[in-house]
Amino acid sequence: MIELHNVTHDYGSGPLFRDVSLKLEAGSFHFLTGPSGAGKSTLLKLCYGELLPSSGSVSIMGTDLRKMSRDALAAERQRIGVVHQDCQFLDHLNVAQNVALPITATEQTLPDNDLEDLLGWVGLGEHAEALPPTLSGGERQRAALARAVIVAPNLLLADEPTGNLDWEMSQRLFMLMVELNRMGTAVLFATHDLTLIRFAKAHVNARVLRIAGRKLAVAGSDL
Amino acid sequence: MRNRAISDLVVPQGGQSVWLVTLSAAAMGFLAVFALALAVSAAELARGWSAQLAQTATVRVSAPPAEIDEQVAIVLDVLRTTPGIAEARELDSAEQGALLEAWLGPDLPLDLLPLPRLIELTETAEGPDRQGLRLRLSAEAPGAVYDDHTRWRRPLVQATERMQALAIVALGLIGLVTGTVITLAASASLASNGQVIAVLRLVGARDRFIARAFVRSISRRAFIGAAAGTLAAMALFWALPDLGGPLEPIAGFGFRGRSWLLPLLIPPFAMVLAWAASLATAYHVLRRVT
Repeated sequence: MIELHNVTHDYGSGPLFRDVSLKLEAGSFHFLTGPSGAGKSTLLKLCYGELLPSSGSVSIMGTDLRKMSRDALAAERQRIGVVHQDCQFLDHLNVAQNVALPITATEQTLPDNDLEDLLGWVGLGEHAEALPPTLSGGERQRAALARAVIVAPNLLLADEPTGNLDWEMSQRLFMLMVELNRMGTAVLFATHDLTLIRFAKAHVNARVLRIAGRKLAVAGSDL
Repeated sequence: MRNRAISDLVVPQGGQSVWLVTLSAAAMGFLAVFALALAVSAAELARGWSAQLAQTATVRVSAPPAEIDEQVAIVLDVLRTTPGIAEARELDSAEQGALLEAWLGPDLPLDLLPLPRLIELTETAEGPDRQGLRLRLSAEAPGAVYDDHTRWRRPLVQATERMQALAIVALGLIGLVTGTVITLAASASLASNGQVIAVLRLVGARDRFIARAFVRSISRRAFIGAAAGTLAAMALFWALPDLGGPLEPIAGFGFRGRSWLLPLLIPPFAMVLAWAASLATAYHVLRRVT
């Protein structure tokens, strides 16, 4: 699905990480941990083509990222759900319109009931008409997750999606990702939350990756 | 939520670039109406003058009072027997008075003035042999001067043709400036909406969708602006007083009859221009953004 081969990334002040290789198969579940600034967000951005590696190769659904046209990359992104750490919304559209954006921006249609159900599930049913700047950090993260999963993606890339949530809501959203994973969605979940990783043990077969010291390594045994 | 609606909504509707497009389209629409009016009026004037003057001529007869009636009779006889002349008639004193009224006033004592007599003639489509006619008149009525208006008809027609060309150049320049302003506004709009582009790219929107969203917004504004400017200028022309009389040639600046429909083409033209300029700009900018 996604394959990074000997990837090095450098923002200009020396490599952030070096010779990283990673393969995300359909139906797999990976946690990505590591200290702040180690390159977790960068690794996720490389996985959906927002960044190109300084060296090495990234292939998305079997095609080398460097050889993909913009339209081809856009088509692949329609199969990838992304939850950014800073969420990124269109601030002039309401929550419902933002959550439905992956559907409407790709000229598909979605039954209104499905959108209402999803918003209700992430606890934003009451905020459907609210504008993103009026939401709390936790509400923004829930909206971003709803937007990422609305297309039932083949791959979900989540960057600290539970960082601002209480434990109950974190569990709830995590279980949504587990449900998607059971239906075949590959998940790469960047988090600092070791409690959540421990909680995951009982629900999913996940591999924990740790990025630190410019290297990516499997942390301990699989969950 | 309909796709059409969301593609219209993804670009914020406010912002300086949006107002820049609207205001510049309004100003250009307003100016374009004036340039169009000049082109239409010049064309009508040239057509009118050419038609009025092409098949008419005048013979002016000057002679001592005792001989003038005889000279006029000779000239009329010559004219009636010249091939290429359909009709020849002498202007009566009332008609001569009307011609001079604009310069000398209505109470002109024509009888007291030693005025030449005027014979108006209408030519056939082929027209007479002008050189031959002049020679014949000078031989039979030495005081008669044949004037086919060529001397002043040519510069008049040339002047109106130049006015027309000037108006067309003005229209071209207005189109060029509008296109340039819209290109700059589209660039500014795309640059100031980097977040919108990033989010749309994130959710898998293709360049076509993103470009269309910007292009629609800009084209709509250009149409609204141009329509407002055009209608304002048309209202001004509508309200112009009808001077008529001796000022008829210059009072005719504006639109008449079906030519009132021509300015209505300006808003759709502005929209098409905005669409083309903003589409090219959008693709150019999107190619440079990852």
